[in-house]
Amino acid sequence: MEFEAKKIQSRVENKRIQEFFSQNAIYIVLAVLIATIAAYDPRFISVTTIRDILLQSSTRAIIALGAAFVLITAGVDLSTGRVVGLTAVLSASMLQVADYSRRFYPHLPQLPLWVPIVLAILAGLAVGIVNGFIISKFSVPPFIATLGTMVIVYGVNSIYFDLPPNDSQPIGGLRPDFTNLGSGAIGDGPWSIPYIVIIAIIISFIVWVIFNKTRLGKNMYAIGGNVKAAIVSGINVGRNLLVIYAIAGALYGLGGVLEAARTGGATNNYGNMYELDAIAACVVGGVSTYGGIGTVPGVIAGVLIFGVINYGLTFIGVNPYWQLIIKGLIIVVAVAFDIRKYLDKK
Amino acid sequence: MMENAFLLEMNNVSKQFPGVKALDNVTLKVQAGTVHALMGENGAGKSTLMKCLFGIYEPDSGEIVLDGKKVEIHKSRDALNNGISMIHQELHPVPQRSVMENLWLGRFPMKGLGPLCFIDEKKMYQDTERLFQELEIDLKPTTKVASLSVSKVQTMEIAKAVSYNAKIIVMDEPTSSLTGNEVEQLFKIIRDLKKRGVAIIYISHKMEEILEISDEVTIMRDGKVVGNWPAVELTTDMIISKMVGRDLTQRFPERNNVPREVVFRVENLTSPYPKSFKNITFELKKGEILGIGGLVGSQRTEIIEALFGLRSMAEGKFFINGQEIRIKSPIDAKKQKIALLTEERRVTGIFPSLSVLENTAMAKLARYENKLFLLDEKKRREDVQGSIEKLRVKTPSIKTLMKNLSGGNQQKVLFARWLLTEPEILLLDEPTRGIDVGAKYEIYTIIAGLAKQGKSIIMISSEMPELLGMSDRVMVMCEGRLTGIINGKGATEEEIMRLATQRISKQGGLVNGI
Repeated sequence: MEFEAKKIQSRVENKRIQEFFSQNAIYIVLAVLIATIAAYDPRFISVTTIRDILLQSSTRAIIALGAAFVLITAGVDLSTGRVVGLTAVLSASMLQVADYSRRFYPHLPQLPLWVPIVLAILAGLAVGIVNGFIISKFSVPPFIATLGTMVIVYGVNSIYFDLPPNDSQPIGGLRPDFTNLGSGAIGDGPWSIPYIVIIAIIISFIVWVIFNKTRLGKNMYAIGGNVKAAIVSGINVGRNLLVIYAIAGALYGLGGVLEAARTGGATNNYGNMYELDAIAACVVGGVSTYGGIGTVPGVIAGVLIFGVINYGLTFIGVNPYWQLIIKGLIIVVAVAFDIRKYLDKK
Repeated sequence: MMENAFLLEMNNVSKQFPGVKALDNVTLKVQAGTVHALMGENGAGKSTLMKCLFGIYEPDSGEIVLDGKKVEIHKSRDALNNGISMIHQELHPVPQRSVMENLWLGRFPMKGLGPLCFIDEKKMYQDTERLFQELEIDLKPTTKVASLSVSKVQTMEIAKAVSYNAKIIVMDEPTSSLTGNEVEQLFKIIRDLKKRGVAIIYISHKMEEILEISDEVTIMRDGKVVGNWPAVELTTDMIISKMVGRDLTQRFPERNNVPREVVFRVENLTSPYPKSFKNITFELKKGEILGIGGLVGSQRTEIIEALFGLRSMAEGKFFINGQEIRIKSPIDAKKQKIALLTEERRVTGIFPSLSVLENTAMAKLARYENKLFLLDEKKRREDVQGSIEKLRVKTPSIKTLMKNLSGGNQQKVLFARWLLTEPEILLLDEPTRGIDVGAKYEIYTIIAGLAKQGKSIIMISSEMPELLGMSDRVMVMCEGRLTGIINGKGATEEEIMRLATQRISKQGGLVNGI
């Protein structure tokens, strides 16, 4: 009898440990990853490394947060990467130094920095509105609607990019005040804080507020959690979806601008396949593709996991093709772990 | 030694979930050729026990003995191989395929050899037809399942269970979506199965049915067996008191609402679809509970969904306090202070992955929004906390996920959600469906209380005692037509039944026309 009781006791305890692991799977994966890389090369744990990873993850985080909006409504956005490309090209084309030999607009006067940036973000917003409109007005499944806009946006961007005198040449010679946004920092040396990281932190905070403190955020979870119940509750599903896709588009837009600033250039192929990276970061970060579930810290953790993989594996000299295999495995394993939270307990 | 008289014995079965002892030393013994009713409130452990029998859950301890032999059941297939079949409460057919394909799914008869092996359609058809003849089921093997009514799908599932040569068939709430005639048909099949020596474990909340069809009744409460009795020794009141562990002197609370002036008027409501509702005209008074009775298919749900702007209509006018209003969407309905609790709580009501807090506040978020579009979290929590306490929702906290609550508590949360919108008219579609007896009484108390406060209530119910026990007036529907409105007090089940079936018996015209 006592033995029986002990057995049950230990079973309950096992359950508790399992519970802990499944609830915190992503953070554990992140920790294990860092520990493994550090075991190969202890120099990995340094301020410079952390700074570099954050720097590289910042635009990714902004883009992934946009994708998270859509995924939580049980939708999907395939236009992400092409919007990034469009806004990178748009902003770069208007922010070249005056004496650059191959200017996109040879006679464009020096614009205030914010004008091209705002225009580019508005372009992203516009694509988002189109996505939302097609999805909510015509009930086209998000996968198809955004597949369409993905191709269209790439076409539009390529036509723009091909305009004379640019003729599809990579856009370079960006103004230092613009590139400074992507590579500059507050302070000096390894302890300095890059602007781009600060922007990502501010955006993350704003998105967190939207997710948790606004009607839009609550409606987003409701629509993804049970769209029929949302309709019966008198939520204007169409209008909410429109706003959500628009915000997502604007975030991709900002991401594209910062990518151009960070890398000091742009081509029409910028952002190619970023939608898959963003979706991967989201699902690894615990966003459910069935909708209704996902948090900002989770998405950030997802982005950081890929940041650590990219940087860390290169740091210890892993062949880039092997890196792809490892990334793929992480996606599958992390989600397989994470999904246990939502499965019916046996 | 005595010969084993039981076909199935589940001995001392226990099952622990984190924080809950779902089954505590449960023993269930079933004889061949009998109907054994398993009763208890939701959460009493009936479903868990059956899931252990069917290999969906693995019990922590205890044994399953079939025909005197101990068996190990780890997955559904083990159960099927041992002659145990289960007809789930919610059916999961493959809608786009035919009846026979659904029936033989996973074990299609084959012909041919090796790689040249094909499905033997002809044999499948013949086997299906023979099976249906044997069971006197009126179904065509080639019909697409999507075109069948729920009751026909259920009949198909029973045939499927029989086709496995099942010795034991578990039926979980088999009549929850059947009409009176269909229940009779089901009982005929059950009696037939009994004659063949099949044991039936029958789970239901409907007392009258249990007493009619079952031979023996086992009652569970809080994961334990209260006891088992031959059905003839039991009455409805005895079953209820054993289930809830206290005497329920009354199934319905006392109502002292007073219907006053007319607040809502519906004129000539007609659906664009000829088979749906037509020419519906009625009035609803302030502080009144208006019941809507009728059989499945009488278009009751369709009517109140049209009132809430969820369904289109070809004709019809709504008046609130004498003023004509338009309702084109649930958003319009909400503006007119109308609330709707839908019949399918899980499909159109709850947000399973969100907390009780979010579920409760969802229909009234605008109230908490300030100028910066931020929500007043403190006020929101206070209101939600207050209303779920008032409705006595049993939940560990308002942070608990909705999917972890019992059906009755989920329903109370949905009440709380709509009460936060301060409605004047509440449309309730089967408000106590799938809810256990104790919680039902609490729901009735809530409804009666609302009517007393002067709220007007339209309540669809398929349970006659509920309809008669709760309504001031009962409006009866038959095949999309209103066949009569009678006073609740003094009305009889027979009277309602007559109105609910009159069009069916007299095809082509109404007996007591409107």
